[in-house]
Amino acid sequence: MARFFRETELDTRLLGMLGALALIWIGFHFYGQMFRGGGFFLTPRNLWNLSVQTASIGIMATGMVLVIITRHIDLSVGSVLGFCAIIMGVVQVNVLPQYLGLGHPVIWIIAVLVGIVCGTFIGAFHGALIAYGKIPAFIVTLGGLLVWRGAAFLVARGETISPVDPTFALLGGGPYGAIGSTGSWIVGLLGCAAVLGLVVLGRRKRRIFHITQRPVWAESFIAVVGCGAVIGAVMLVNAYPWPRGIVRRYAAANEIEIPAEGLFISHGFAIPVLILVAVAIFMTILMSRSRFGRYVYAIGGNPEAAELAGINTRWMTVKIFALMGALAGLSAVVASARLGSATNALGTLDELYVIAAAVIGGTSLAGGVGTIYGAILGALVMQSLQTGMVLIGFDAAMQQIVVGSVLVLAVYLDILYRRKSK
Amino acid sequence: MTTQRTDTPLVQLKDISISFGGIRAVDHVSLDLYPGEVVGLLGHNGAGKSTLIKILAGAYQKDGGEILINGEHAEINSPRDARDFNIETIYQTLALADNLDAASNLFLGRELVTGLGFVDDAKMENETAKIMARLNPNFKKLKEPVSALSGGQRQSVAIARAVYFNAKILIMDEPTAALGVHETQMVAELIQELKKQGLGIFLISHDTREMLELCDRVSVMKNGKLIGTERVEDVTEDDILSMIIMGKKPDKAA
Repeated sequence: MARFFRETELDTRLLGMLGALALIWIGFHFYGQMFRGGGFFLTPRNLWNLSVQTASIGIMATGMVLVIITRHIDLSVGSVLGFCAIIMGVVQVNVLPQYLGLGHPVIWIIAVLVGIVCGTFIGAFHGALIAYGKIPAFIVTLGGLLVWRGAAFLVARGETISPVDPTFALLGGGPYGAIGSTGSWIVGLLGCAAVLGLVVLGRRKRRIFHITQRPVWAESFIAVVGCGAVIGAVMLVNAYPWPRGIVRRYAAANEIEIPAEGLFISHGFAIPVLILVAVAIFMTILMSRSRFGRYVYAIGGNPEAAELAGINTRWMTVKIFALMGALAGLSAVVASARLGSATNALGTLDELYVIAAAVIGGTSLAGGVGTIYGAILGALVMQSLQTGMVLIGFDAAMQQIVVGSVLVLAVYLDILYRRKSK
Repeated sequence: MTTQRTDTPLVQLKDISISFGGIRAVDHVSLDLYPGEVVGLLGHNGAGKSTLIKILAGAYQKDGGEILINGEHAEINSPRDARDFNIETIYQTLALADNLDAASNLFLGRELVTGLGFVDDAKMENETAKIMARLNPNFKKLKEPVSALSGGQRQSVAIARAVYFNAKILIMDEPTAALGVHETQMVAELIQELKKQGLGIFLISHDTREMLELCDRVSVMKNGKLIGTERVEDVTEDDILSMIIMGKKPDKAA
């Protein structure tokens, strides 16, 4: 067993998290089966919804990892999300249709860009106050939490802005906001190709630099498990059909005859989930393969050493917070598209879920340690708990108690794990 | 070595001053350093030695004075500037990011990148293995974060970082403070080797005897002021100690 882990160089912490996740999923499923007359958790429908619900928090959690690694915190992301959503709402509902006409195809693109740019500027502004004004991040972003929530209210005078542009709305998921069966298979095959490519590239690189190779069986194991997970995900999202009403409307609109046994149209991967996957890949490459990522870890490990190594740590802080803001803006796209409208309460308390996701995912508040995949798994754990408790009929009060306790427990287990592995 | 004094010095620090909150940490200090020479800086804690060399290393910005490298005015405002003048520093604290491995630390701020601009970890690891084989053959833990290394191993990472990039001017702030006898000997041999290659070295230490063995000249500082600079063959250990403690030049000094 020990040899297996050593040879495959698998992260035992990652396996632990996957194990915990499996436990939560199976636990909720069987609890439902025993006491609520049916297990609804491990169904394509629920897992598909779970993936969509995780997207918004997951996107922001990848940025929060960087913030926490560099020993800062960002309490403002929920409010920034709300503010960006309102700005995008105003742009696509009140402003652009006047000039471009309702439903113009570039409206959604402009709206998305405005949202991301808006988040980036707010983040950069916070970062500048922290880096150059030397105000603690906790204070700057606590202020931001209040300021941007208030600003969101002022911009729209508290009104809900709806409906969002129809193309924009696809970014939030739903039957039309998913890529269908064929598209999902294409994504899946690309995913498998990427897994195999990484394994082969890794071997080649190790050969060039005479670093000990992993045994072939270990590499094959990783390749098989990786591809298996991707294909499994594709089969899962394709197993969730469109609801009958939507199929009927779709068939009518496209003049398709519905056969007697009904028409099975798969959802496939939801667009917000693909956005999360793209963000995750980008952020992982950024953190593990770019100088920027290396400097983030270095600053977290020893800010003084980073400075002495010629790294402009202040400018780095501005960039990190700007990136966090951009991701909050992107998250605002997903959240408001999913809701179909922009409200000034959007993203309330998200900062806490995002921080919890990053921390459950193994990001150390002491700095220097954290991974992107960990944060996304953390977001998935948080969302699984929420969804699961709704499914088995826990009320809101109970949900809060459980989520809060799990956060503390997860961090405690992590501390024990680190102490043991030292 | 005596004849070299007609050459241009590698480094000239002229009238350097710096204050922190009204306290003059370095008070009009002038020093020079020639190629192939080791100049030792001695003095009590807080005498201003580390502060002075941090100005040369770009970590602090001087309030007054001038730095000349090879006889030419040099503007050093950041660690990056210092590197551009081939000045490398081994700090007393080692300045390592504990969460990163040896290769990442060695190349921190100067990562090797692939054609696409990504950091080339395999190549950096390979280079690190090569230089470590030369400096400290026992060093094997290339993949582990440096927090998992012993004091001596951490020190070799810091030294490797300074040596790898072909420094012309090397600053060593207490390089042997955390080391055992054997490793201290290795550092002494390394200093002799680098000297032969024509590097100029500023060495800071509390160990007066070690300094008399390793250095060509020693400068003594007290309360931010330079007490004096002496050739090691002209002074005894007692002379140096009295300079450190009393802040006076020995009478026999020429």
